[in-house]
Amino acid sequence: MTSEKTESKKDLPWLMRTYSGHSSAKASNELYRTNLAKGQTGLSVAFDLPTQTGYDADHPLARGEVGKVGVPIGHIADMETLFDQIPLGKMNTSMTINATAAWLLSLYIAAAERQGVNQSQLQGTTQNDIIKEYLSRGTYIFPPEPSLRLTTDVISYTVNQIPKWNPTNICSYHLQEAGATPVQELAYALSTAITVLDAIRDSGQIAADAFSQVVGRTSFFVNAGIRFVEECCKMRAFTDLWEQLTRERYGVEDPRLRRFRYGVQVNSLGLTESQPENNVQRIVLEMLGVTLSKRARARAIQLPAWNEALGLPRPWDQQWALRMQQVLAIETDLLEYGDILDGSPIIDAKVRDLIGGAEAEMRRVQEEGGMVQAIETGYVKRQLVTSHTARMRAIETGALKIIGINSFTETAESPLTSGTDSGIMKIDPAAEREQIARLQAFRAARSQVEVKTALKNLKEAAVSGENIMPASIRCAHAGVTTGEWSGVLRDIFGEYRAPTGIDISTLNMAGSNTVDRLREHTRKTGEELGRPLKILVGKPGLDGHSNGAEQIAVKARDVGFEVVYEGIRLTPEQIVKAAEEEGVHLIGLSVLSGSHLELVEDAMGRLEGVGLAQIPVIVGGIVPPEDEANLKSLGVAAVYTPKDGDMNLIMLDLVNIIRASNGLERYEA
Amino acid sequence: MLTSSTFPDPDALALAVIDRQRPAVAKALNLLDDQRPEARRRATRLLRLLPQQKLYASGHLIGLTGPPGAGKSSITAALITLWRERGLRVAVLAVDPSSPISGGALLGDRLRMLSGQIDNEVFIRSLACRGEFGGLSAEVWPMSLVMLTAFDVVLVETVGVGQKEIDVSKLTDTTVFVAQPASGDSIQFLKAGIMEVPHLLVVNKADLGLAARKTLAELRATLKPAVDESSWQVTALAASAARGTGITELADGIEAHRRWLLNQNQLNARRRQFQAEWVLKRLDDEFGRFGINALGGADAIKRELERSESSPFEQFELLCQRFLEGWGGKRKRQTQP
Ligand code: B12
Ligand SMILES: Nc1nc2c(ncn2[C@@H]2O[C@H](COP(=O)(O)OP(=O)(O)OP(=O)(O)O)[C@@H](O)[C@H]2O)c(=O)[nH]1
Ligand SMILES: [Mg+2]
Repeated sequence: MTSEKTESKKDLPWLMRTYSGHSSAKASNELYRTNLAKGQTGLSVAFDLPTQTGYDADHPLARGEVGKVGVPIGHIADMETLFDQIPLGKMNTSMTINATAAWLLSLYIAAAERQGVNQSQLQGTTQNDIIKEYLSRGTYIFPPEPSLRLTTDVISYTVNQIPKWNPTNICSYHLQEAGATPVQELAYALSTAITVLDAIRDSGQIAADAFSQVVGRTSFFVNAGIRFVEECCKMRAFTDLWEQLTRERYGVEDPRLRRFRYGVQVNSLGLTESQPENNVQRIVLEMLGVTLSKRARARAIQLPAWNEALGLPRPWDQQWALRMQQVLAIETDLLEYGDILDGSPIIDAKVRDLIGGAEAEMRRVQEEGGMVQAIETGYVKRQLVTSHTARMRAIETGALKIIGINSFTETAESPLTSGTDSGIMKIDPAAEREQIARLQAFRAARSQVEVKTALKNLKEAAVSGENIMPASIRCAHAGVTTGEWSGVLRDIFGEYRAPTGIDISTLNMAGSNTVDRLREHTRKTGEELGRPLKILVGKPGLDGHSNGAEQIAVKARDVGFEVVYEGIRLTPEQIVKAAEEEGVHLIGLSVLSGSHLELVEDAMGRLEGVGLAQIPVIVGGIVPPEDEANLKSLGVAAVYTPKDGDMNLIMLDLVNIIRASNGLERYEA
Repeated sequence: MLTSSTFPDPDALALAVIDRQRPAVAKALNLLDDQRPEARRRATRLLRLLPQQKLYASGHLIGLTGPPGAGKSSITAALITLWRERGLRVAVLAVDPSSPISGGALLGDRLRMLSGQIDNEVFIRSLACRGEFGGLSAEVWPMSLVMLTAFDVVLVETVGVGQKEIDVSKLTDTTVFVAQPASGDSIQFLKAGIMEVPHLLVVNKADLGLAARKTLAELRATLKPAVDESSWQVTALAASAARGTGITELADGIEAHRRWLLNQNQLNARRRQFQAEWVLKRLDDEFGRFGINALGGADAIKRELERSESSPFEQFELLCQRFLEGWGGKRKRQTQP
């Protein structure tokens, strides 16, 4: 597509999308239609966490999460509302959906059929990459083996029935967001592709001569960080490695089917809460990394907004991000040239370097027994946590400079954040209640007999191993809900908890006075209180953002705390039970998905219930200033957000909060 | 400064532990961990108030050890489910290594033991080994006693390769070794006699197939038949915590060993012996071989301790006192009730 010339000899631009969805299908539908009117050329659907993790809106685990970070889709009627007046035969829709991908695609197909559109005409993408969910994104449900089977079912089904569908987007995006280096991104994404393609080849669902179509339909979703020259080289390395892999390992002869096709969301991990206007420069520069090189140019781009680290973007923030793409594609001369990097010895050397590193790491993964094994043993996750920890320590020592965080921190007050809405989108808490009411009305109105038969059918397909899609589409039409579909599979496949990867070795940091002093403070305070300081780091709710919790846990261990961490997606009840059994001196809750008020209040109430109200509770994550005040009035001792970049200060605080709650004097900073 | 109100009243606490109240168990464990003199005094009192029957003659104290990542916690989780079905209340002490650099520790075993449902008859405490006691925290023994009072089964998970297993086998009624398929280490250790022979060997991850079967065969080849009918026959079996296979057999094997101990009248004797070992080890840490010799030598101390009815803290305090008062061997015994 990018190689076709327009009359003005310009390449066609990439697909421009904005990742969006919130509150309800109706509200999201309105948003999509305005976005399309503004020149967006495709849709990118963000689902809420209950939908992504297979719970109905009225499930206890969904509390506080419904419609927060995406649109809730509980059944066929929601899906129809979402695409009301949007012709699905013509639209190109990307859905960021993984564990429940087969289900959401089924709802999409059923909704299209109700619009009179045959499934074979549909175009779009299901992310459908479960591997990176275990490593970074956190919305997995089942163990790797059955999950992979669902992945391959979706791929086989669409290759046979929906030829223009991109059934899987192998993601390296989320790996970089969890700390991966360019080499790790390359190696793990390609190792994932191998795992998925091998599984399809071995599943017998695809005729041998159609296998190269599967390879051709496999696309990628990558990241582009601020080191944009290196990122440009990474994209060229991806292209070369994929070309070679598809030829050698899978014998694909048609060069068009060996093209590395990819979409992008640029790096958000490096976007800051402090001086947030600087994020605009960052986003634009990052976009260069995936557009400069014509032969490795992105097919689709979605950009975060300037207020990424503050909270959810408003329509105007998203418009600003879309305009960045439009200015680059339309106003600049970028699309008028061939590949401007071809022939540069410097670029070539860097590309070779990255390829060498990636190949070595891919061999390492093979030695572990492949990507699935390497996930189960925790190997890959540990590598990511190690890289992220190295990044955090570099920020701490100043070896890695981030404007506004550890250099040039002085600033005038920003007019961007002084508005009445503090510059972010707020979801009306009524959205959850309304969604539950709609769901319950829908349940009552459907034919229970049809639902029962459809679910029985689904169960049989799941057990027998036949492709899950036909039975799922039937469930969609019958009015089965997201929670029911997932529930059947949960019963059969079981649930999984992925390794946390935090069991990496301690960085010595000898010679750092700050760290030495901290270790001394921790040890001393432990002695004064009779036993070593012990803390619990908890992740309540469906939130999968684990970086902060992992980094706090590793850092705390490294300055001498005993740290209990049980991974993501716990109920407040589970966390309180652990706190009680473990006898901790402090509880730290990390919530980035926006449901901090509900979850923290719940946890604090339960702590009081078991007589542990005296244990200090602190909260970290994405917490707007007015919520911080609310949390403190609930009794929360301290709140940390991305602007609290100095981990050593946080650690000193932990010691001091424990001291204060035990009647000891605080240490000076 | 801290007031004594921060320390729990040991008498009330003991009653509540005997009454199997969860918050009390948690508080008692905190108290046993607390090194401050006032806490020690109260902990001593607490332990003395716990019923001897519970501490030395009933329940089941199980040690689960094996190399890192072999699946000890996953097996524990599977056993918990099964024991719960059998109506048993379960406590777990999960011991993890401490960082020698910072002294901190990551306590991650709970993750694998989590189950969807909240079950108040299951109690899990993680413990850092804090570099003492050859890989096993000194708190394990006293904490086990509190757990034995309030729960039917107490399981101690420790990481161990080679010599470290010895520690857990010196503290628990039944020792289970979890082997990792395709890792020759355990077999080498067994053959070389470096590893204390556990009561049961289990090769986990049987779902991996060939590698697990091979390891099981190799392990079985190292096992010697029991000397006579009354001695315990060590067995090796395969299990998969992931698939839930072999868990019933494992639980049955563990139970068979408990019955064997009871039949042989060994449960009580062994527990007294563990306690003596624990006190000795603490004396050794405190005063070294010199101290032990000054107190009459390890064997004599052990004999005395195994006959004593006092709590481990009292025994330890008493011996310390005796040592410090100078080797006089005053037969002043038992503290006031
Ligand atoms: C990285 C990232 C991801 C990664 C997460 C990888 C991982 N394993 O953690 C990926 C790409 C997977 C991801 C996915 C999603 N993300 Co995201 N993500 C981010 C991002 C860019 C950075 C977060 C981060 O890791 N920072 C680095 C860590 C070290 O910092 P931190 O967590 O903030 O922690 C610091 C402090 O907050 C504090 N702290 C945090 N926790 C704790 C705990 C304790 C005890 C203490 C003392 C301190 C403390 O100390 C830390 C040190 O400074 C933020 C935006 C931003 N720039 O902050 C969005 C953001 C959090 N994501 C967001 C969303 C919506 C999502 C999705 C839900 C989107 C969707 N609909 O699917 C998904 C799904 C994730 C899920 N399963 O829940 C929103 C949340 C919106 C809101 N709260 O209103 C944000 C704010 C972006 C946005 N503006 O829209 N995301
Ligand atoms: N294939 C397979 N994997 C398993 C099985 N049991 C555990 N695992 C995996 O092995 C890894 C380690 O499991 P744990 O239960 O944490 O092992 P552990 O021995 O307690 O580990 P440490 O406490 O860290 O020494 C995890 O990734 C488990 O998912 C099993 O039966 N089969
Ligand atoms: Mg373990």
